[in-house]
Amino acid sequence: MRRYLDYYLTSMRMAILEQFQYRVANYFYMIGMVAEPVIYLVVWSTVAEAQGGEVGGYTPAAFAAYYIVWTLVRNMNIVFTPYGWEGYIQRGQLSAELLKPIHPIHNFLSFFAGWKVVVILFWLPLAAILSLIFKPALDFTWVEVVVFFFAIWGAYLIRTMLLTLLGMITFWTTRVSAIYELFFAFELVLSGRLVPMSLMPVWVQEIADWLPFQWTFGYPIESLVAQLPPAELWGGLGMQALWIGITTVMVAVMWRFGIRRFSAVGN
Amino acid sequence: MKRIFHLTFTFLRIGILNEMQYRVNFFIQLLQSFVALGTGLVGLALVFEHTTDLSGWTRPELLAVMGVHILMGGVIRAAIQPNMQTLANDIQQGTLDYALTKPVDSQVIVSVREFRLWQVVDVVMGFIVLSWAVVELQEGLGVVDALVFAATLVLGGIMIYCFWLMLTTSAFWIIRVYEMINLFEGLYAAGRWPVGIYPLWLRSMLTFLVPVAFAVTVPSEILVGQSSTQTLIGALALTIFLVVLARFVWSLGVRNYSGASA
Repeated sequence: MRRYLDYYLTSMRMAILEQFQYRVANYFYMIGMVAEPVIYLVVWSTVAEAQGGEVGGYTPAAFAAYYIVWTLVRNMNIVFTPYGWEGYIQRGQLSAELLKPIHPIHNFLSFFAGWKVVVILFWLPLAAILSLIFKPALDFTWVEVVVFFFAIWGAYLIRTMLLTLLGMITFWTTRVSAIYELFFAFELVLSGRLVPMSLMPVWVQEIADWLPFQWTFGYPIESLVAQLPPAELWGGLGMQALWIGITTVMVAVMWRFGIRRFSAVGN
Repeated sequence: MKRIFHLTFTFLRIGILNEMQYRVNFFIQLLQSFVALGTGLVGLALVFEHTTDLSGWTRPELLAVMGVHILMGGVIRAAIQPNMQTLANDIQQGTLDYALTKPVDSQVIVSVREFRLWQVVDVVMGFIVLSWAVVELQEGLGVVDALVFAATLVLGGIMIYCFWLMLTTSAFWIIRVYEMINLFEGLYAAGRWPVGIYPLWLRSMLTFLVPVAFAVTVPSEILVGQSSTQTLIGALALTIFLVVLARFVWSLGVRNYSGASA
């Protein structure tokens, strides 16, 4: 255990130092990412105003709060991509990872976790500017802030596991980009990234309840902005824990079978 | 002039031949286009589940906007973006020497070198969505309107090209432009909706800084019968201005290029 803690802290510190050097690149990237929620925000604020100031329980100010917090959650959702796995497996870089006396997933988990620390720091001024422009209705308790803090890291873990599962498909087949695209499209609609889940038709919400996606996106946002009743607020963390468990077991199983198919490419 | 056409055509042919080697990519592109279309339609359906019009635009009208957006996106990814990415790489690595030493206008050669055939799938897809929108609009489309529509599309394409060229040319001074490409993609995505819905500051950006408004919204307005002569004259004037400006910025950049002695 001690060994893992040391590894994570060191690796995270390295990632923090490294990413801090690329301040401008990181910022440009984050600004480019802001376009997407701003578009959603404008469209849905327009709809809300046309409907007498509210749609699906959201006023324009509530939408603003939702989509500004969205930008942080989106950043927490950026993890080692399946395209990265594709490269690792096809080009044999995985061989080098296999030589280390630690599962490769710890490498990815800790590196991106360190990066997130930088991202959260950089996000604060961005959120301040967006708040000045769009005037969100933010009304949270400190309990919600604490839950939100854990929820974004829960989201990070679930998404890492999901994308790892997706990326490991490369062990069996090499043309995977089409599968990824399909996955991302479903995720977009069923996670709360496109719109808050309460705007979805009921049948879509029912499907989403059986899937992990909303726990990586909609729930963390709502924990801060939507005044969830205590049962839903804490229950969400429980659901996240459940999905972390399920996806971790799936990753472990898939890894065991997948790694047998891996034939190293020497470099 | 004849030589330029000949050159463009030759590069086009080489591009197509290259892409023909990877036929499976066609099916992957097809699937990706369908997925993108699907999410676009889901977005539209969601909006119109909660309202009957968006700032005065009805569902079929927004479908037309989406069609133009997909079509123009296909043109950008087939012909404009690949060239500009190659150019950015060349500037960064100093391999632009090879293009500059060719006995032909440098701006022409850096603009026609690449062509991604399979991205044309999106152009076709855009046309299909457009035709669907026109049928749903039930207004029919006169010959004159169709011609004006085609003309604004061409003008929009030229404006986007000029914008990209200037953006990439800035690499002569600031070297790294990848993040800007990311920024452009974000802003282009805003064209999925008519620019009229955005707040004034964003609308101005989308009109004059990144000419998404002229590339997508203006042609769509002609289809839905909302355009005015002033807008058309404005589009023409802005195109001419951007062509001249892009030419100027390009020649300034090339003069600033010191090569890396490959």
